[in-house]
Amino acid sequence: MMRLLLALFAVLFALTAPLAAEDTMPPAPYAYRQLDDPALEAKAQTLMQTIRCLTCQSQSIADSDASMAGDLRSQIRERIAAGEQPEAIRTWLVQRYGDYISYTPRVTSLTWPLFAAPLAILLMAGLLLRKRFGRSGTA
Amino acid sequence: MTAPVPRSAGWTRWLPLALFALFVALVAWGLYFPAGKDVPSRLVGQPLPEFSLPPAADGKPGLARADLAVGRPKLLNVFASWCIPCAAEAPQLAQLAAAGVEIEGVAVRDQKPDLAAFLARYGNPYSRIGADERSTVQLAIGSSGVPETFVIDGKGVIRHQHIGDITADDVPEILAKLREASQ
Repeated sequence: MMRLLLALFAVLFALTAPLAAEDTMPPAPYAYRQLDDPALEAKAQTLMQTIRCLTCQSQSIADSDASMAGDLRSQIRERIAAGEQPEAIRTWLVQRYGDYISYTPRVTSLTWPLFAAPLAILLMAGLLLRKRFGRSGTA
Repeated sequence: MTAPVPRSAGWTRWLPLALFALFVALVAWGLYFPAGKDVPSRLVGQPLPEFSLPPAADGKPGLARADLAVGRPKLLNVFASWCIPCAAEAPQLAQLAAAGVEIEGVAVRDQKPDLAAFLARYGNPYSRIGADERSTVQLAIGSSGVPETFVIDGKGVIRHQHIGDITADDVPEILAKLREASQ
């Protein structure tokens, strides 16, 4: 029985072996370590939760175990500890990777319809409702 | 009381259906032609940021920004020994080096023995290799993975970015971009 279980585990491990290569480098100092100052750590966390991981593109770097995300977390914590403002770091990243890297959308010439659409729809709904009620009132 | 007036006359009756059809078409478009996963660097067309990396391999110097602004175009190859497509592009890099192209390397998160084994196995087309142990330079130049290859002109300006491994079909384009950068 034990043998069978062991064999089963071996097969399972073989199946879950990573297909993609990973580096052997140990993680950067602050990739998995919080800053000692809780206020600074909170600042870093808030930023890291809204920065996209470029390796696992649907995750934030706070959620990702990709080595590049770890390096970026470490860099963000170190820069915040050195006194840099989170939004300055976000701008620095957007300058390199575009808005795609940020999960906090900005109003730009490309994104303004996203912000304008709900307003336009509300306005349209209001007009339609007024028309309808107006009609039933006079009928 | 008169007979109720039809709520909507003529074409407006079809408007909701038309909007729905438009929405379905949009979703179908997104499904069949998904957006690419490449994240291009926004620094193309701009000067390389300042950096200086220690040597990653014995016998080859490290790499600094100054090495990439020497009056003639060069390739900056961001790679790693643990990256499989980097091995796939090695013959193309060798071909470019043989054609007289100067290639500078940035080894991302690489340990010296691993890199030495990689170079011994796949060849070493690099003039210099900088050790980017914490992806610092990779992040600073807007590179989102390995391998990526940048064409840098003689003034240190990034002129072109190639994302992914360089296949045999990509070599002419890289050479053309290098020629463009030398003008």
